[in-house]
Amino acid sequence: MVDQFRDWEQNRHTYAKAWKEKTGSKVIGYFCTYVPEEILYAADILPVRILGSHEPHDVTEAHIFGMFCPFCRDCLAQGLKGRYDYLDGIVIAQSCLHIRQAYSSWEKHIPVDFSYYLPMPNNVQSPRAVPYLAGELREFKSALEKWIGREITDQDIRNGIRTMNENRSLMHQVYALKKKENPPLSGEETMEIAISEQMVDKKEHSNELKKLLNEIQTKQNGKNTGTRLMILGSEDDDIPFLRMIESVGGTIVIDDHCVGTRYFWNNVPERDNVIEAIAWRYCERPACPSKDWIERSRISHILKLAQDYDVGGAIVIQQKFCDPHELDIPAITKALNDVGVKTLFLEFDVTVPVGQLKVRCEAFLEMLQEEDLFV
Amino acid sequence: MAVPTYKTEPLQCWNKAKEIRINFYKDYANAHDNGGLRWAGGAWSFGAIPAGLGDDVFPLTGEPYAASIAFDKEFSLRCLEAVEKKGYARDLCSYMRNYWGSIILNEYAFGGKFPKPDFIWQDHICCSHAKWYQVASELEGGIPAYCIDVSVGPHQELTENRIDYVVGQMHDGIEWLEKISGRRYDDEKLIEAVYEECRATSVWAEICTLNKTVPAPLDEKSMYSLYVLGTLKKHSKEVADFYEELRDEIKYRVENQIAAVKHERCRLMSDTQPPWGFLKIFRYLEKFGAVSVGSLYTFGLIGMWEDKEDGTWGPRTTPQQKGITIDNRDQALRILAEWNLSKPEWQHFYSPHLKSDMMIRIAKEWKLDGIMLHYNRGCEGLTVGIAENRLALIEAGFPVMTFEGNMGDEREFDEARTAARMDSFMETLGFELITE
Repeated sequence: MVDQFRDWEQNRHTYAKAWKEKTGSKVIGYFCTYVPEEILYAADILPVRILGSHEPHDVTEAHIFGMFCPFCRDCLAQGLKGRYDYLDGIVIAQSCLHIRQAYSSWEKHIPVDFSYYLPMPNNVQSPRAVPYLAGELREFKSALEKWIGREITDQDIRNGIRTMNENRSLMHQVYALKKKENPPLSGEETMEIAISEQMVDKKEHSNELKKLLNEIQTKQNGKNTGTRLMILGSEDDDIPFLRMIESVGGTIVIDDHCVGTRYFWNNVPERDNVIEAIAWRYCERPACPSKDWIERSRISHILKLAQDYDVGGAIVIQQKFCDPHELDIPAITKALNDVGVKTLFLEFDVTVPVGQLKVRCEAFLEMLQEEDLFV
Repeated sequence: MAVPTYKTEPLQCWNKAKEIRINFYKDYANAHDNGGLRWAGGAWSFGAIPAGLGDDVFPLTGEPYAASIAFDKEFSLRCLEAVEKKGYARDLCSYMRNYWGSIILNEYAFGGKFPKPDFIWQDHICCSHAKWYQVASELEGGIPAYCIDVSVGPHQELTENRIDYVVGQMHDGIEWLEKISGRRYDDEKLIEAVYEECRATSVWAEICTLNKTVPAPLDEKSMYSLYVLGTLKKHSKEVADFYEELRDEIKYRVENQIAAVKHERCRLMSDTQPPWGFLKIFRYLEKFGAVSVGSLYTFGLIGMWEDKEDGTWGPRTTPQQKGITIDNRDQALRILAEWNLSKPEWQHFYSPHLKSDMMIRIAKEWKLDGIMLHYNRGCEGLTVGIAENRLALIEAGFPVMTFEGNMGDEREFDEARTAARMDSFMETLGFELITE
């Protein structure tokens, strides 16, 4: 069912190179999901997210101090190893300090035609954030126009919004099916869909999602769902980990990850001022913890997900040294526990010790399933 | 190589600096005795703004307070362990953890119970800034909190849109302050505080420029005890006046060749906060005739700088020196925002290369022989990009030594290993221990 998504996920670079050759257009690598892809699609540019490869570090030590998260170092390693050598440009939207280093080292040591630092506001709860971001998006659009040598019209941006919104809405439909008692897709399959969403042309991805939805609307998953789990926390594209946990009696039915629901959760509203509409969307989306202050908006969102998807437990993962998530995890864990959702905390590195984590996951699931026996 | 010998003597105003510092912590703790208010926030927060609530409003700035805790290793360890028991990771900012620990234990580093603030007034450029006080508020059972996002890109790319965003939050913040304090806001007090902050932070930069002199009149270990006043209440007349007094004394030392280190023959700079419990490493360097003359950290954490006409780096010209009269709230806030956005220690948050350029400039203008980079596990904000700084400094031709540690968690600093690295570094620079 998800073969095409898996192929895109596994052969992301082959896809991007072929897309570039086929279209003759530019490809931009982006470092954070706050980058407004609507404007890139409006410029006929393919945005691809820069993610790591989960191999041991061997090239980044000279560039990023080891106390910063393994994810940012893994991303930079991909550039230093030439795996994104087809990129015409790179963009970062301001979020955490960690990933910012991957961008700034990339900018210096792996030169590209175009690089852009978008100072996305951190105080997204302030009424000043949307007008400010709108101004920054106009600057970003101007920089792109200068680079590609043509104007990006409002109609182009509307088209970009349509492309993104359609894809997000389809992702919502896919995720809605996971509320079923016997979800038609595993967590591993869902993650493959979610990762490929950030790698390939959204129009192609949406077409494939439509096919998938037709196929699975009424289909039952042959396997036992087991315990319904939520997974949340730092950036996570670790498919072998999900495969492992689903092999020992659980199914991931919902996530709160930036490779996952945080990426596609809300649409750009229809407004006359398309730039302000985009700005509104990015300030209102489920927040990255680096932007979740002074109020904690993430907690109510996560609790609602847990309720809507009827989860029996939550796996809270954190990339080692990921300060923003470290600052949220105690409060989120408490909130989940307070409503009766038990949690398992796991720390991830660039390579995950699946064997060791398997023991802990099995113990967690046994604990949850044992409780079921006495309900 | 002959070992030079210079005159040296203690600073005359040293005790006054200590007095200002200790009174700061006492004033905060005792604020309620006379009906005053307490607020807590970061050392970079716009302290000039709450000053508009009255003269009886006293701050507790988190980073220097936490550094004071870190200096007391026994108390610090209890604070850190109390935070870990609450489930927080031990690789988080160690200032933040020391501060939280002081709340959890309900012990004030300067005696008594931890004095709960009436409100929180913070700004945000590092991932931990707003979150620090989000948690602090929760630990205290909920304190009204306001935070201004200042992460609008480097000063050299400043636009009206970016200033408007910061100033807009400031205006909203004043309305919020009036609401939560029940007090009427006094724009005249704000304007006065803005003038004083510009004066204090410019004069501190002027003091640092005097350290271009050989021999250096100040060593960095002493500078830590002096710059800290600017992290406590940079907007106060008291600090601005003190810095002018200090500047005059340093000028006297320059004119009279009074050195900080008797046998200065090797000039260094460091980077990021030092391991506060182990400042003696600087005294160890002196045995080689090495003096750390400062750093971008001690110069630019509160000091404000600009390019001077002769091409050198010097103190930023204040609005009052330019003859600018501040007439109203909006103008005061715009000046305050723009002034702070030019802070040297805010630039590297967007690119390590901006910081490298400033460090290379210091290395040249302050005539350095080498650089010691503290790979500080306790502060992601000031350590961000440090590996790229190392590469750039080496490329510019400066010898670089790195040592790993933690400004506020003594468990992550290896004194013997650091001393061994210093031995090796001195040897590579051609200096041996001086035997007298």
